[in-house]
Amino acid sequence: MSVFDRFKPRSTAAVARERLQIVLSHERQARGQSDLIAVLREEILVAVAKHVIIERDKIHISMERGESVSSLEINIEIPHSPDMPMAAGF
Amino acid sequence: MAKVIVVTSGKGGVGKTTTTAALGAALAQTGQKVAVVDFDVGLRNLDLVMGAERRVVFDIVNVIQGVAKLSQALIRDKRLETLWLLPASQTRDKDSLTENGVASVIREMRAKFDWVICDSPAGIERGATLAMRYADTAVVVTNPEISSVRDSDRIIGLLDSKTEKAERGQRIEKHILITRFDPQRATRGEMLNIDDVINILSTPLLGIVPESEEVLHASNVGCPVTLNNPACAPARAYFDAAARLRGEDVPMNIPSDRKGLLDKLFGRRAA
Repeated sequence: MSVFDRFKPRSTAAVARERLQIVLSHERQARGQSDLIAVLREEILVAVAKHVIIERDKIHISMERGESVSSLEINIEIPHSPDMPMAAGF
Repeated sequence: MAKVIVVTSGKGGVGKTTTTAALGAALAQTGQKVAVVDFDVGLRNLDLVMGAERRVVFDIVNVIQGVAKLSQALIRDKRLETLWLLPASQTRDKDSLTENGVASVIREMRAKFDWVICDSPAGIERGATLAMRYADTAVVVTNPEISSVRDSDRIIGLLDSKTEKAERGQRIEKHILITRFDPQRATRGEMLNIDDVINILSTPLLGIVPESEEVLHASNVGCPVTLNNPACAPARAYFDAAARLRGEDVPMNIPSDRKGLLDKLFGRRAA
């Protein structure tokens, strides 16, 4: 990398690469997941999205299997910003 | 009442999604309410080209199946407040679109918008026939290349027989939009010229979009080309095409980004 590279504006290809990595990582995850997690993820997303606007990649679900009990961890980020109002009104 | 437009082609990769996004953003910039609808169930991409891929929760299949209301599935553009996206489903198969379901979604959208632009999947199967089914107007995207022109001819046949308008004995308005046109190569005789394409398809021309690196830049960053760089040649071609869809009489030309000496000296950008 040349020292001049840092003065160049970020290429659109770099933006494209980053956007693709994000969207593909979620789509591949959905394909590879155990059915239960995938189904839970979609249904939780639907339930939450009925009330607040959330981004698809802001829901994290994981399941840990223990000896006698397993635990399900659900982590949802809900943004507070003017362009993400609480109601999804048209 | 909205005018419903289908952007179709038969052949893949000719620029349907680029065109849907560009025309949608061009029409919405006049303040009219526009919805762009992705009909490519299983292989959606309009969300990426519009830069809304991270905001998709519900899709057209959810609306048809009654899981979500139309208002919940519509995603408002972050840059243009009169532009909305109805995404396709990525996980389901194309058979989840039903004729009655599509009819009721389109009916509801007609009442809410001034323009509904349906981005058809490639091919001539269910997704493609349902995308055109309820259209008032068709934009047939064609590259000046033999296989694309042949597929456009096939699609024109379907528009005249399989749409609701055609079945009622009415005429569906059809236009050809030539994309990826290279005037130099056409002049050298290496590419079909505009008259060849129009004569072969005997369908009026909506516009000529020149081949340009700007189209890839726009999709890289997830912004319709008419928003990303409104002064560039393909954007100007799309603005002209949008004006013609609104019924304006705009002289047909091929916009170019090649600058003259004066432009270079003064850095003038064509509007």
